[in-house]
Amino acid sequence: MGILRFLAKRLLFSVFVLFGLSILIFLISRVLPGDPVRMALGPRAPEWAVQNLREQMHLDKPLPVQYYYWLVGALHGDLGQSLFTRRAVIDDIKEFLPATMELALFAGVIMAIFGILFGAIAGRYNNTWVDNVVRVFSYIGVVTPSFVFAILFLLLFGYLLGWFPTAGRLSPWVPRPPVITGMVTVDALLTGNWGALGDALWHMVLPAVALALGGMAQEARITRATISDNLKKDYIASAKGFGVPERLVMLKYLLKPSLIPTVSILGLDFASLLGNAFLVELIFNWPGFSRYGINAMLRKDLNAIAAVVMVLGVVFVTVNIIVDLVVAWLDPRIRLGAERGK
Amino acid sequence: MFKSPTWQRRLEGFRRGWYKFSRNPVSVVGLFFVLLVSFLAAFAPYIAPYPEHAGRFVNFREASQPPSLKHPFGTDVFGRDILSRIFFGFRYSLMMGVVVLSLVVPPGVILGLIAGYYRGTWIETLIMRITDIFLAVPPLILALAVCSVLTPSVFNAMMAISLMWWPWYTRLVYGLASSLKHEFFVQAAEVTGASKFHILFREILPNCVSSIFTKMSLDMGWVILIGSALSFVGLGAQPPTPDLGTMVADGAKYLPDQWWIAVFPALAIMITVLGFNLLGDGFRDLFALEEI
Repeated sequence: MGILRFLAKRLLFSVFVLFGLSILIFLISRVLPGDPVRMALGPRAPEWAVQNLREQMHLDKPLPVQYYYWLVGALHGDLGQSLFTRRAVIDDIKEFLPATMELALFAGVIMAIFGILFGAIAGRYNNTWVDNVVRVFSYIGVVTPSFVFAILFLLLFGYLLGWFPTAGRLSPWVPRPPVITGMVTVDALLTGNWGALGDALWHMVLPAVALALGGMAQEARITRATISDNLKKDYIASAKGFGVPERLVMLKYLLKPSLIPTVSILGLDFASLLGNAFLVELIFNWPGFSRYGINAMLRKDLNAIAAVVMVLGVVFVTVNIIVDLVVAWLDPRIRLGAERGK
Repeated sequence: MFKSPTWQRRLEGFRRGWYKFSRNPVSVVGLFFVLLVSFLAAFAPYIAPYPEHAGRFVNFREASQPPSLKHPFGTDVFGRDILSRIFFGFRYSLMMGVVVLSLVVPPGVILGLIAGYYRGTWIETLIMRITDIFLAVPPLILALAVCSVLTPSVFNAMMAISLMWWPWYTRLVYGLASSLKHEFFVQAAEVTGASKFHILFREILPNCVSSIFTKMSLDMGWVILIGSALSFVGLGAQPPTPDLGTMVADGAKYLPDQWWIAVFPALAIMITVLGFNLLGDGFRDLFALEEI
């Protein structure tokens, strides 16, 4: 069966990429000029304390040995200790990652649904006013940094109109649902706490939309281009000629194959969404992983930086595997095992 | 020299290209924005109303003024004219794009040419797998990580972005080169005993130039976006550098009352990126490219 072999190959490749990424990020985090231990302990710490911590973190050993210790630790789920909070980095990640994943997933869903929807409409009604409106908006979406969207939304819908809250994940008067997954909306759903669910969703609208718009515009542009190309193809004309109902032609014969390029680029767009979450979380005071990452970066917290990048690498690689599987399902050339030219 | 037949032919080609390019009003708008921003950046010291406001300058009597005839875009909390600072900010944005692209395009393209030409050998495997590793994390995050271990500055931000950007060119050129190597003109060159250098750079590369050029135009916009994001979080340009991202970040603290401090620099970023994007799309249509 082609799909299993495809998946196995894909997984093997991902392991390789993550291994390479770990070397890369390890090297980056160790070329830091200056002494991280001294920075963490402060200039007045006694020399023996600095020496102790250095030995404890294996920073006195040669680089390959350091990498070995780091990798072995990472494989056991131990990403070292934060130099600042003195907590295990993995605990910090467990605390902060769900908030970011929640935001990113919502933004991702908004991005995919509306991007494809607008793109498909614009492509179907090529060169009409609908098409022109979508094209203008997708240009604006592509060229605007997500932090600008975030600031404008905050200003307009948060402060001026007051429709949406401006910070955090829940209103202060709403008790937080018990932590199951760490994602407030999912937890609220699981415990049947509709009030908290509504409140959490209400808090999510502005940051998620600000985050989604860039990728949404990108998706819309690509979908539009493929649909308007495929619309001119002979097979569509012949399907119509055979009297296949218009709706069937549009959804099955036009939309499905046209989604291949769109879905292929979804992985990349999701990646830039995770990157932009770094900025949007800062603006909306969203207590997530990205804000934690930025703080780690500003404080030069080595272990935390390495962990943040590695975790995002894992997320990104996973998303790409899913994307590849969806593309394989859409594209019979891959599904049936034919080699596609790169 | 310009009378020689080769030059006549090039001039004619250019004229035709311009004709095709200018048929699309959107591309012309893009070109206009790019030229406008470049002009303002180049002559900032002469046309900015208050050139001395670009750097360390304080005038608290005129602090946080809303837009007026004297200060069309208002002033920031130090009393500096925002319009003048935006003109100087264009300089940093454009410099960032130009420096990053001139650092990443040559190595990225050369690696792509080699990997594409030697497709199926260990050389291709080595180059392309390293490329995959770099492409496995969003460029903004890797650039942030690199910036964080260095001292924040415009220079280090450019280095960090460059370190992350070359794989995109490697992948683009790899795709082109690996299909071009089967073309007859390449095989003909091989049969006549042309050197590998000649085949890579004189036969294959000229056929990739339009794609590379288009990607560069689009990337100018992306690099400026990422650069402004770096300065926005404080890991890029440092105050009092008149960097557009830094200006947005500073202004964000004074929202919503003093909205002009953040909004005008943000619009300036958008205009710049929009210009390069429209221009890039114009080139793509002009060269009839699909894969970028």
